[in-house]
Amino acid sequence: MPRPRAIEKNLDRLADIATRTLERLRGLGVDHAEVAVGTGHELEVSVRQGEVELVKEAGSSGLSVRVVREGRVATSATTDFRDDSLTAFLARAVEMAALGEPDEMAVPPSPRELCKAWPELDLFDPATDRIGAARAIKLATAGEKAALRADRRITTSEGASFGRSSGCSVLATSGGFIGRSAGTYQSLVVQAVADDDGGKKRKGVHWTGGRFFSELESPAVIGKEAARRAVASLGAAKIPTGRYPVVFEQTAARAIVGLVASCVLGDAIYRQRSYLAGRVGEAIASPLVTLIDDPLIPRGPGSRAYDGEGRKVAKRAVCRKGVLRGYLLDTYSARKLGLRPTGSASGGGGVPHSSTSNFYLVPGRGTPQSLLKGIDRGLFVTRMMGFGFDPTTGNFSRGAEGFLIERGELTRPVSEVTVSRNLDELLRGIDKIANDLEHKTSIAAPSFRVDQMTVAGS
Amino acid sequence: MARAVGKGQGPNPKSARRPRGEAPFVTGPQAIDPELAQRLIGTALEHGGDFADLYFEYRRSASLSMEDGRVRTAGGGIDMGVGVRVVVGSAVGYAYAESLELSEMMRAAQTASQIARAGAAVAPEAVRSRRIRSCYPVEHEVVDVDGAHRVELLRRADKAARAHDRKIKRVDASLAAVHKEILVVTSDGVFAHDVRPMVRLSVAAVARRGKRTETGSSGGGGRLGLSYFDAHTPETHGREAARVALVNLDSRPAPAGTMPVVLGPGDSGILLHEAVGHGLEADFNRKRTSNYTDQIGRPVASPLVTVVDDPAIAGSRGSLNVDDEGVVPRAHRLIVGGTLRDYMHDRISAEFFRKKPSGSGRRESFRHVTMPRMTNTLMMAGQDDPADIIRSVKRGIYAVKYSGGQVNISNGDFVFSLTEGYLIEDGKLTAPLKGVNLIGNGPEALRMVSMVGHDFALSDGMWTCGKDGQSVPVGVGMPTVKLDQLTVGGTAV
Repeated sequence: MPRPRAIEKNLDRLADIATRTLERLRGLGVDHAEVAVGTGHELEVSVRQGEVELVKEAGSSGLSVRVVREGRVATSATTDFRDDSLTAFLARAVEMAALGEPDEMAVPPSPRELCKAWPELDLFDPATDRIGAARAIKLATAGEKAALRADRRITTSEGASFGRSSGCSVLATSGGFIGRSAGTYQSLVVQAVADDDGGKKRKGVHWTGGRFFSELESPAVIGKEAARRAVASLGAAKIPTGRYPVVFEQTAARAIVGLVASCVLGDAIYRQRSYLAGRVGEAIASPLVTLIDDPLIPRGPGSRAYDGEGRKVAKRAVCRKGVLRGYLLDTYSARKLGLRPTGSASGGGGVPHSSTSNFYLVPGRGTPQSLLKGIDRGLFVTRMMGFGFDPTTGNFSRGAEGFLIERGELTRPVSEVTVSRNLDELLRGIDKIANDLEHKTSIAAPSFRVDQMTVAGS
Repeated sequence: MARAVGKGQGPNPKSARRPRGEAPFVTGPQAIDPELAQRLIGTALEHGGDFADLYFEYRRSASLSMEDGRVRTAGGGIDMGVGVRVVVGSAVGYAYAESLELSEMMRAAQTASQIARAGAAVAPEAVRSRRIRSCYPVEHEVVDVDGAHRVELLRRADKAARAHDRKIKRVDASLAAVHKEILVVTSDGVFAHDVRPMVRLSVAAVARRGKRTETGSSGGGGRLGLSYFDAHTPETHGREAARVALVNLDSRPAPAGTMPVVLGPGDSGILLHEAVGHGLEADFNRKRTSNYTDQIGRPVASPLVTVVDDPAIAGSRGSLNVDDEGVVPRAHRLIVGGTLRDYMHDRISAEFFRKKPSGSGRRESFRHVTMPRMTNTLMMAGQDDPADIIRSVKRGIYAVKYSGGQVNISNGDFVFSLTEGYLIEDGKLTAPLKGVNLIGNGPEALRMVSMVGHDFALSDGMWTCGKDGQSVPVGVGMPTVKLDQLTVGGTAV
């Protein structure tokens, strides 16, 4: 879908600023520079008990640079594009570079490695910016109403909110790359609350989001599901400490895949902050596990047509059938490790670092329900809490809530327990993967099952 | 660039060391005078509303990161803008401008006013400038320290960590400093300026023995200047990071299950922050979604527990001279002898509960709306000897350092993640344990408090609190505390 003319005009303006900024930096004796210029617009509304709580609307803009001079690196950002201000800003950035120390690794991609043409990824929905506050309030209200009406045990709501944002950005590098992109995103979230014994409240949260408004689920569906989740967790309690097979539902599964993602980034590898360092070619997971990073998914939440250094990007299997195939590398981490960059630099304008785009676990065949089959006594995890992960060792221990599985069925709600196992063992212990992958978030996973974990409870 | 550093101002001796400020909204041709501010507020209230405020913010930062002994990047910049808020009942209209251009500020005021589209214009009160006593007067802000000197601070930390032991294979360190100024102007007459310095040093060390690799970290800072490093030298942090990494080389799997837990002094305040702090933020109670809703006057903890949120600790990371809604905050007793006394209020929740605002209205930046937030959350010291507390445990955990915590406000379940902990066997600390999560329920865990040490300590400034996507710096502190029972999420059954 072609972008609206106003957007193209804005991109032209940003490209002009970026190009002129690069020229000025050259004049200041910089060897290499990246300039990112962007504008954004956001609307956020929230309602609670049918009343409007917040209407927030604002536009923003920013320009950020990375400069390299004699191998010394500095970064800076500003929102002030006025000519005089920009002159002073750039001079300060170059001055700051003098504080750095020469780093032979801090080099840009060579011009022939730069992306020359890129596919249209359909990331911009012209309908997004047209959603006004009144419409947004209506959507949030409808979501909340559906939750409050869904079950008489729903006593209140923590509110429902709708947000939309759009942004344009241009990346220009002294190597000759100039890239333009524009994208939109919108989401609706409903939080329903049910009262439990002992003054405890049980909250159910559900949401929908995407780059195109037409792809959002209806407020009624979101509200109902939020209510269902709140009510289903009434009476949640600990279960006895022990070893249990564990099924991770989408949201929790995604959290685990996110931890793996953080351990395959070039930065984590060269900084020795990953238990996967030095293990390319080894089996690091069950043969069922294939992990993909794909920047080119049309309408994908994490899609990008080029990376933060202007390199070409491509779909990549980081782990195939359980075997680690490689890392996600920007220029710097690749050089540090003596490997080839994978076009995985984030940002642009800041310090480029390796990052994921759309990173996901490839789905299996069965339904999420089928994961429960054959489990005599296990734990079904819907949500996790806390920061209990050490990337260097892979030790993993987090708070969890969900349901007890007995004889293949969910029997009662569980909360206030932890699930623990080293991530290395956890990935090898994956023995079933469901078919419910959704690219609703840039890191995504279908539900999956792990043969055994330690659950600490009563 | 001109940088005002701690010059005297005005006749008030209490504010003799108050910095004057450099932000364009307080000095120079773009300075905001009361008349202009009132005009903007008048525009914000042109369709009605109960209250409106302007939040001007100027943030100048300077950061350095050192990787493996070499400065990888120098960074920094200036961010500035103004947020305009209109309040109608508990509804908020919000907009911001990233400049002090009159046209852009007026546009933001008009956008914010849309929330009250139906009403008649409200006239703001005349503003009166307030002089506020600073609990963080700084002689020499780190953000103004010349680059070479800042690099030297990092190098000292790096060297000390490496020199600590030959098993230390890699050290990364960073130094971040911010000079932030705010100006809050409200429709009920407040005109308050505050200068908020901040510094933070972080060091991470990697230790290796054979095939085993472990990390340790240390960091600190606060609303302090260069003098922070007199008491907390970069060397101290370097050695501390190295020490933790070495301890973890010997760590073994933590047990799983419920057992007594002794929380060491200082950093363990993270438990309070999660177990009770968030649940006592009044917005959740106004919405009746906290498990502390309707609990005021009721016992919510062991009688040994007294919890205070204190915004006025000199130089602490969470301290505030004035909150982000222009209210001068006060130390605030939340739980006294186990009984819940009060919530933390911003203006909206205070209005709802018919209380005075406690000065707990905070926000990440001018791009964000205020919410009730903690400042420095503390548990008061008790009578017990810390050594006796450890001695009283037959088998349990001694918790020292943490990577963070999280709470589910509605049901009160909270977790916090250990990065340094030990097994207690027969009253003695024995083996160091692998990183582990502890999980509990706020009110239930605080009822389990059976001993409170006399060794209160403030955590060295390193905590950042996240709520609804907004991060603000906070402080925590507590003495050694024994919980008779908590669930320890180890792997060993």
